[in-house]
Amino acid sequence: MSGTKGWTRQQMADRVAREFQDGWIVNLGVGIPTLCSNTDIGGRAITYHSENGVIGYGPVAAPGEEDLNLVNAGGQNVTLRPGAAVVHHADSFGVIRGGRIDATVMGAYQVSMTGDFANWKLKGQKGGGIGGAMDLAACARRVFIILEHVTRDGSPRLVEKCDLPVTARGVVTLVSTNYGLFAPTGEGFHLLELAPGMTVEEVRAATGGVLTVADWRL
Amino acid sequence: MQRGEAMAQASKLRESFRDAVADIPDGSRIGFGGFAMPGVPFNLIMALKEQGAKRLTLVANTTGSSQQPRMPDIGMLVENGQVAKVICAFTAPTRPTETLPFTPFYESGEVDAELVPQGTLAERLRAAGAGILAFYTPTAVGTELAEGRETRVIGGREYLLEYALPLDYAFVRARRADAAGNLRFHRSQRNFNPVMATAARCTIAEIEEPVVEAGAIDPDDVHLSGIYVHRMVAVPPAPEGIWPAKRRERRR
Repeated sequence: MSGTKGWTRQQMADRVAREFQDGWIVNLGVGIPTLCSNTDIGGRAITYHSENGVIGYGPVAAPGEEDLNLVNAGGQNVTLRPGAAVVHHADSFGVIRGGRIDATVMGAYQVSMTGDFANWKLKGQKGGGIGGAMDLAACARRVFIILEHVTRDGSPRLVEKCDLPVTARGVVTLVSTNYGLFAPTGEGFHLLELAPGMTVEEVRAATGGVLTVADWRL
Repeated sequence: MQRGEAMAQASKLRESFRDAVADIPDGSRIGFGGFAMPGVPFNLIMALKEQGAKRLTLVANTTGSSQQPRMPDIGMLVENGQVAKVICAFTAPTRPTETLPFTPFYESGEVDAELVPQGTLAERLRAAGAGILAFYTPTAVGTELAEGRETRVIGGREYLLEYALPLDYAFVRARRADAAGNLRFHRSQRNFNPVMATAARCTIAEIEEPVVEAGAIDPDDVHLSGIYVHRMVAVPPAPEGIWPAKRRERRR
């Protein structure tokens, strides 16, 4: 990413975090999604859930104040907010499969126009790293994805159809990239918001599949 | 308390980790609690490495970590030639730029792996401990993990059939125990530990605090009933015993 064009990693996360509503239970994946918890969303109370059974964790612990037996899903030493609870792993995924997670935010390699996404296995790789992604993807009430708009060699990550093994199909409702905010509609990616310094044509050229834009933008 | 009862309870405590794992035979299926640093039975892993049982099937969330300092993980048992197969939610790290010590053994075909979504893994263990032979879950439907496997549409949604995963042994780590084997975990140390224990025929626990007499933990405060815990070893202070270490910050 160059100059002031587009959103930073934190801004990509901020844009997603501003969708969180008061009282939501939210699960943040490792990497950029973690940054959602830094966003100031006013007085809205969010309960952060972590796959390892921590319900209601808070910011990363200050240096020297870490509890080495308290981590989030990314292995960071976090703190607990008042009202937090800890459950075991099967109960934690009961929270997920039982439909209690209002939104999960994850990174991905690819997202398709139909809301499929891929984030556990690279092309030609034997095995992969699934973690809790498939459970969250299949069962959270909303799946939000944050990813760089193109790969390091410039290929689109927003694609007509995923050519990497998918994590789940038809589940993604919102995609935040360094170029803007998008909704997979089945027929394309609908541009909801353009990041500063970007033009619709630049975004279209960097997007696989169809990019649709509200009339008022044209 | 009657004398016989007290003796029976005392018999769960073992002198050493070596003692606690001495009779584990080749070909056993062993589950390990732990998620990231908390709750990993570091000392039991090292004892099993020394004990040397072979052709093992190991069940854990991950095969190890790429983080430094490297703590005892089941990847060390793989490196030691003791492992035929692992069943876990990661055979590769979350970040594609990193590598797990386990990965080359898997890629060369030396060790087999069954990759299972984390929630499915936890539930397969829970089911094994709860007498449920199989269940349907929406997780992994439509992915390559579901290819060629039995699914069923219930109420208009497709679910994948998964089977219970019983264990021969479980290795767990807890903060506190009483002589009856009742366990309490601290914070996210709990993670997979209770479901590993309930899935296993024999659970071996490493305990961080000195084991207290039966009844010293209020029954309402027990996280895992002692009926599931068969052997216990107190973790000695470092460096003899292995304790969680502060991880070094990863370079971006």
